[in-house]
Amino acid sequence: MNTPAPTTTASAGTATAALLRVNNIEVIYNHVILVLKGVSLEVSEGSIVALLGANGAGKTTTLKAISNLLQSERGDVTKGSIEYRGTRIDRLNPSELVRRGVVQVMEGRHCFQHLTIEENLLTGAFTRKASRSEIAADLERVYAYFPRLKVRRKSQSGYTSGGEQQMTAVGRALMARPDTILLDEPSMGLAPQVVEEIFAIVRDLNAKERVSFLLAEQNTMVALRYADYGYILENGRVVMEGAAEGLRTNEDVKEFYLGLSAAGRKNFRDAKHYRRRKRWLA
Amino acid sequence: MNFFFEVLIGGLLAGVMYSLVALGFVLIYKASGVFNFAQGAMVFLAALTFVGLQEKFGLPLWGAFPLTLGVMVLLGIGIERVVLRPLVNQPQITLFMATIGLAFFLEGIAQIVWGTDVRRLDLGLQDEPIESIMTNFNLLVSKFDLAAAFVAGVLVAVLAVFFNKTRIGRALRAVADDHQAALAVGIPLKQIWAIVWSVAGFVALVAGLLWGARNGVQFALTFVALKALPVLILGGFESVLGAIVGGLIVGASEKLAEVYLPALMSEFLLKHYDISINLAGIEGWFAYMLALVFLLVRPEGLFGERHIDRV
Repeated sequence: MNTPAPTTTASAGTATAALLRVNNIEVIYNHVILVLKGVSLEVSEGSIVALLGANGAGKTTTLKAISNLLQSERGDVTKGSIEYRGTRIDRLNPSELVRRGVVQVMEGRHCFQHLTIEENLLTGAFTRKASRSEIAADLERVYAYFPRLKVRRKSQSGYTSGGEQQMTAVGRALMARPDTILLDEPSMGLAPQVVEEIFAIVRDLNAKERVSFLLAEQNTMVALRYADYGYILENGRVVMEGAAEGLRTNEDVKEFYLGLSAAGRKNFRDAKHYRRRKRWLA
Repeated sequence: MNFFFEVLIGGLLAGVMYSLVALGFVLIYKASGVFNFAQGAMVFLAALTFVGLQEKFGLPLWGAFPLTLGVMVLLGIGIERVVLRPLVNQPQITLFMATIGLAFFLEGIAQIVWGTDVRRLDLGLQDEPIESIMTNFNLLVSKFDLAAAFVAGVLVAVLAVFFNKTRIGRALRAVADDHQAALAVGIPLKQIWAIVWSVAGFVALVAGLLWGARNGVQFALTFVALKALPVLILGGFESVLGAIVGGLIVGASEKLAEVYLPALMSEFLLKHYDISINLAGIEGWFAYMLALVFLLVRPEGLFGERHIDRV
């Protein structure tokens, strides 16, 4: 009964604190290939954070380091730490991590091809000890976000379209009732319209279900339109970070990732080498 | 006509025995997408351990069974630890090669521990005709075969429900499709594999007991796995139901072919080509021919999952 007022202010203070914190991690594949050379980032509760960069910059590796899927690819986090809600999660196995609320949606969808869409979704609830009716209710919740999945729920996911597979993959992750989804390259191989649709749902989930997202994307402009904050990776390092709004209007980002500059459209190759070295790697 | 039915029923029941072995393959294939070359060796090991325990400690059937089952479960867990765990997310051919190695290991260890003698296994089931059927329908149906068919039927029903209706079964199928995605959604691969290899050990034990009781427990038991191959090709590698239907087709067709084909064929050959050859022993290769035809016409088998390719 003596709960003093300061406690409430303190908890209000932690609400904006980092949910996920990656501190200066280094990842080495096969004991020799250095992929991440000290990456640090933060995801605060209820936000959408974009992780941007070209092919091979280390976006996927960063996500897999967090979700601990690196081991099966002979990768290893050799330095740094990863914290979720203040506790270290670097050594947890993926299924324990899912239980704590962090799920990864892998690049390239990775649906279970021979399972129906509904069965795919149900596998997402594997780690939960929920009753049948709870699971059924969650299934309906997912169908509410992705009505198209409900129509096709009895078809084998291998026969569904790329967009439907991406929806299945996100829906499957939702079935675990996560607080954080690590979403890897959701736009890959999808028509621009479908990409918008998926991102709109991501924003919806973020707003209504308070799910935080760490989003790896090559499609910089789309990602920055939906994200709150962004990190730009290059060669395994964070070379730039900032609020999404700021990054979107940043002249350098525009030039490097879109080939747009004050002087109009430019060839990406011409700009790339010289400007990058000068500004970021000096 | 009576003789035809007798051959048919005999063949169907023999086919069920093939299905029993095929089931073990299907289990592993469904859960890891790999053809388990060691299944025959597991059948052999299970049967040998069973009779070995009986001999050594004078155990009754009901004593030796749980003990052997325990050994097979431990084996399943051990295989996951030693063989599979380091191979997560490796190409299927790597896993397949590992099972070949495992087959040699199991065959060797079984014989080192229990010796190489041929042993008799008595389950208390006689391979003799059932009298009521004999008097009423004038058909010879073996008691032993019928019991084996019953056991296989129960196993198939249980496994079919397990794979299609339960949470663990669904997870097993998910793992077979995509190891990494299964890990990503939180399915604990290690436990799942330990479970499935233990269940495969149990199926191997049942198959080993029935085959061992029929043919004696000896090294040749490892070759029953070869007879399961055409069954799998016909029925489909991923289908529990396919294993049973494939077994029935293989069993019935090879017996019927053995009985009727030589007469028909040699008559035909003699009449049109003036060739006279002895065609006995068709039973030995007929199943493989059938499998070959299936591979050409319907490579995924009757109930198998079609290979899905997106372009």
